[in-house]
Amino acid sequence: MATYDGLFDALGLREWCDASDTRKTTTSMADLLASTGKVEETSILDLPFPSLDALNDACAAVIESRDVTKGVENGFLAIKDTLRVVLDPLTQPLSWILDGALATFEVIPWFFMFPLLALVVWFASKSLRLVGFVMVCLVFLAFVDLYDHAMQTLAIIFVCAFLCVVFGVPIGIAMSRNNRLQRAIIPVLDMLQTLPPFVYLIPLIFLFSVTEPKLYGIAIILYAIVPVIRLTDLGIRLVDKDVIEAADSFGMTDRQKLFGVQIPLALPNIMAGVNQTIMMSLAMVVIASLVSAPGLGVLVLRGIRNLELGVGLVSGLGIVLLAIILDRVTKAALDRVNAAQKH
Amino acid sequence: MSDNVKVSIRNLYKIFGANPQAALKHVLDGMSKADLLKTNGHVLGLRDINADMREGEITVIMGLSGSGKSTLIRHLNRLIEPTSGEVGVDGEDVLAYGEEKLRDMRRQVMSMVFQKFALLPHRTVAENAGTTLGVRGVSKREYLAEADKWLDRVGLHGFGNHYPHQLSGGMQQRVGIARALTSNSPIMLMDEAFSALDPLIRTDMQDLLLELQKELHKTIIFITHDLDEALKLADHLVILKDGYVVQQGEPQHILLNPNDPYIEDFVSDINRARVLRVRSIMTPLDGQPVPPDAHGEVGYDDTLESMIARSGGDTSHRYIVMRDGQPAGTLDMTNLVKALVPRVASEAAARKY
Repeated sequence: MATYDGLFDALGLREWCDASDTRKTTTSMADLLASTGKVEETSILDLPFPSLDALNDACAAVIESRDVTKGVENGFLAIKDTLRVVLDPLTQPLSWILDGALATFEVIPWFFMFPLLALVVWFASKSLRLVGFVMVCLVFLAFVDLYDHAMQTLAIIFVCAFLCVVFGVPIGIAMSRNNRLQRAIIPVLDMLQTLPPFVYLIPLIFLFSVTEPKLYGIAIILYAIVPVIRLTDLGIRLVDKDVIEAADSFGMTDRQKLFGVQIPLALPNIMAGVNQTIMMSLAMVVIASLVSAPGLGVLVLRGIRNLELGVGLVSGLGIVLLAIILDRVTKAALDRVNAAQKH
Repeated sequence: MSDNVKVSIRNLYKIFGANPQAALKHVLDGMSKADLLKTNGHVLGLRDINADMREGEITVIMGLSGSGKSTLIRHLNRLIEPTSGEVGVDGEDVLAYGEEKLRDMRRQVMSMVFQKFALLPHRTVAENAGTTLGVRGVSKREYLAEADKWLDRVGLHGFGNHYPHQLSGGMQQRVGIARALTSNSPIMLMDEAFSALDPLIRTDMQDLLLELQKELHKTIIFITHDLDEALKLADHLVILKDGYVVQQGEPQHILLNPNDPYIEDFVSDINRARVLRVRSIMTPLDGQPVPPDAHGEVGYDDTLESMIARSGGDTSHRYIVMRDGQPAGTLDMTNLVKALVPRVASEAAARKY
């Protein structure tokens, strides 16, 4: 006797329910208890929410919650193969790029890599102090034998952040020029930003083989592309209306206006977006070690799985150092852009 | 100066709102601005504007904020599209222009100077000044040379490699003017170009503009809310109020013969001695002989202020007004004193004392 029996009886649906009742084939613990004759006293306080499972108890024609998740799964599996045929070739270059970047970072010996990174930092920031700081951090990482893992992480971040900018900036520009497109894309961005990072991984694991780099590449890009899109859109929309009007009054074409006025003036915001994108790729690259992304995340994962406290904490510190380096360098670049165009 | 009409505006209406064409019918039927806003939710920006701007003259459009003057000037290069009416430049209908032709006109025929300068912060002063040539596809070397030339003319020699934020407001607006001049366009639109500057700098800039104009003879359309500025610069003055033209004409004439309480109010606070010139208040000779008892000869374009200084305040004096070396009229100091008093003192002014 289930709680909502009465409801279905009152609605005259009993026949419809019993027609598909197949429950008698299995016997649950509750049924056994019931058959012993010990009927529990039910009070109104125990009234269950009329959920699918509760209704199913009363009427077998109502589906169970398990069927919903099952349906989603089957639905996904049904379209999986078609989706794969389309997505696989499209995303294959991502695997190549990631493999290439990882191989390149591995091939370059440390005594070339250090000066190279120092140069990059110098060109981005023009600050000797920052170059010194970055070098100290890298030397420390190399000293505790985290160099290889740190370089793998860095390689993945470089590729993913670069691709985020390549795709994100044009999307942001398109959004800034078309209100309807903006209204359509913003909910997608909201969803990407609020979905827990692990949730991205689930459908991706079904779609692609876990051994392929593009699996984590896509997860990182989807997660990290949001800020650069948002801030490009915002930056271009915030460009001084007077300057745009002036550009119009001189007869600039849309193209001249975009490249000569809007993008340069939006650059501080775009750079802030790039900074956020890099930081978010770093966050995701650690989680992506669950799906075979190499790098410091692997060590953190090992620390968790094998309860190797020291390994986990030291590699965690390595990630923090990488985060500080990436943040400081991109912020320094941003400050230079800002200084060049204060009003 | 010539009598060629360079820019003409005919029956121009601008209504802001969701359905301007429907609102236009009400306006043509005589609905007022306030009623239109209340019953239709549309804002009447401009109502039946008719004005001619002659070649080589400075036409000043004056009005308080909200009078539609900035809206009006943006119709000339179609930064704003009119609801109805005609805008003609060199006899051509600007409103019929396609996108390409309109862009050409903005590049070649009209340049604009803005109240907030609107310089590009990421480009140097010289690059900014050369923008107007740069958009036409002129090579960077050429437009920088041209820009340097005009920067020198506006008194910014040696600042070409600075960035706009390194300059003061007055200097930034000089860049704005140099940018407009670099385009070599015959028409210059100046939208409250000097309003954001402090008074002393503003006077400097007005002098600079007049000095440049003496040489270049551009057709300048200048927007301002400052009557002193308007009177100083204008060859032709158009006064706007609530989107319609209250009075237009020669500024001295408007000052002496205001046809509307709004303008009387406006002109009552003006230092008339500095603005009015001898030519506006003299008695023409009209073939009469030169009076023998005159105290001397004065210039046709002298200000009344200089006359008061010259006469030492003696109202019994009488002068002969000379124009191009010929006597043109006589000036009675008594008439001068009368001209100094507005025909109708504004109520505000009366309340003050």
